[in-house]
Amino acid sequence: MDWKTLAEALFGSDRGLTLDGELLHGEVALDDEPLTVVGTTGHAPIGVRLALAQARVVLDTVARHPGRPILLLIDTQGQQLRRRDELLGINRAMAHLGMSIDLARRRGHRVLGLVYDQALSGGFITSGLIADACDALPQAEIRVMRIPAMSRVTKLPEAMLTGLSRTNPVFAPGVENYVAMGGVRRVWTGDLRAALRQALADAPTEDRRALDGAQRGGRRLAAAVMDRVLEAP
Amino acid sequence: MTATTPIARANAVAASAASTSAVAANSYAECSARERLAQLLDPGSFHEWLPPAERVMSPHLAQLGVPSAFDDGVAIGRARLDGRTVFVAAQEGAFMGGGVGEVHGAKLVGLLRRALRERPAAVLLLLDSGGVRLHEANAGLIAVSEVMRAVLDARDAGIPVIALIGAANGCFGGMGIVARCTDFVVMSDLGRLAMSGPEVIEASHGVEEFDARDRALVWRTTGGKHRWLSGDCDALVEDEVAAFRRAAIYAMDALPTARAVTLEALEAEHALLARRLALLDAPVSGDDALALWRRLGVEDAASVPDLDVAEVVALRTGAAVPENH
Repeated sequence: MDWKTLAEALFGSDRGLTLDGELLHGEVALDDEPLTVVGTTGHAPIGVRLALAQARVVLDTVARHPGRPILLLIDTQGQQLRRRDELLGINRAMAHLGMSIDLARRRGHRVLGLVYDQALSGGFITSGLIADACDALPQAEIRVMRIPAMSRVTKLPEAMLTGLSRTNPVFAPGVENYVAMGGVRRVWTGDLRAALRQALADAPTEDRRALDGAQRGGRRLAAAVMDRVLEAP
Repeated sequence: MTATTPIARANAVAASAASTSAVAANSYAECSARERLAQLLDPGSFHEWLPPAERVMSPHLAQLGVPSAFDDGVAIGRARLDGRTVFVAAQEGAFMGGGVGEVHGAKLVGLLRRALRERPAAVLLLLDSGGVRLHEANAGLIAVSEVMRAVLDARDAGIPVIALIGAANGCFGGMGIVARCTDFVVMSDLGRLAMSGPEVIEASHGVEEFDARDRALVWRTTGGKHRWLSGDCDALVEDEVAAFRRAAIYAMDALPTARAVTLEALEAEHALLARRLALLDAPVSGDDALALWRRLGVEDAASVPDLDVAEVVALRTGAAVPENH
């Protein structure tokens, strides 16, 4: 979904939101309560500059508006695949973005990720996947890699991966698979503003994604293995 | 030029001591994960949880006709280091490139959560990973994010997390992010730390962007010397298990408790990363790694690839360290 259409559905207009290149940020109101919005558009690749720009918005919110909820709007093709970004320590810049979001969480901000278009790999780990909860729109696309590319890297036949992806959510792109594995908490349907209100109200503060994955049947072992480590003699 | 932080000075001492040692050195890079554990920790002290005999394996690989490992590529447990109780994980790069799958990731998360309860002096992560295991891509991606969160939970509880990077696969993808979420990163000059591998970048933007076969270029971009000079690792050591052991003990001495992740600390980190980014705003003629080192204050940048570890350790300037570090 286009970010302006989304903003209109969530907040009545896109007033308060600014687009700087591929960075989307601003302050909006939900039920007269202020909310910080930060994210990206246009399937942005997340390089050092864009990771820092997002971290800046998060840190400013923590410093100036204690407790204010933060909505992460996610549309990314993943990390920037450039040598210059690697030289400059893109992994450190992305860790910094993730740690800034994590600090906001720990200081009492409700932080909610929303995949409104596309989410991939590194760009997702340090946004929605480090928030209190990450939700998605039904038409969103979430993946690590497309099946043809995965086939090349793993040297497994494409037809085999496609076949397995119908029965096992670990291989295939798709919002439903991420819901089944607990990575995405839920998909928003119907009134989007009501969904946002609800999502902020019931965002968990504990990491319960492995438990969700087990209950939903998409990730059957993770929670049990964590427990076995805790109890191992 | 002198090293400007206590850590750098102490490490310079440790590194020069290592280079004059007469004892035959075991290469950290050439060891398996279990050999590293046996040699790095106090002798005989490693007690493994979910060892291979328990066969806690990936539920996904068999379906693909791919061989599984009885430990899913990571050994975890409790041990002693210099007499102190530590928790430790060692990734085995020979199995699926150290890729993080559902079970592998859950073992790491379980270890870090157990640390909250039993409060070891530190958690050591011996990283050797290409990142998410693509054979179970979605589960691996979520697992890496759970590891990130668990590392930050451990630090929030005051338990230091120390990353050791010097194995053959380096530390890439999501694990490259995880490493930078820890308190202290030790690297050897053979270690590599980055996000995307050179092959992935070359495949995506061409050989002009990144020639993955140019080993010198790969090391200037991702290797231990570069990460030391730019401040992305906290200790640079020789490729010897004993050197990693000394650095880990040093890190524990320096960190009786985890470095607190505060707003002030993240502002200092932000300022450092923004300054570094600006260093390459001006046009670069020639190699941009050498230009970055020069602009960080390393005068004879061109000689860095030929210097030994102790010499490179001494070259790092204050520009590579956050102001409140």
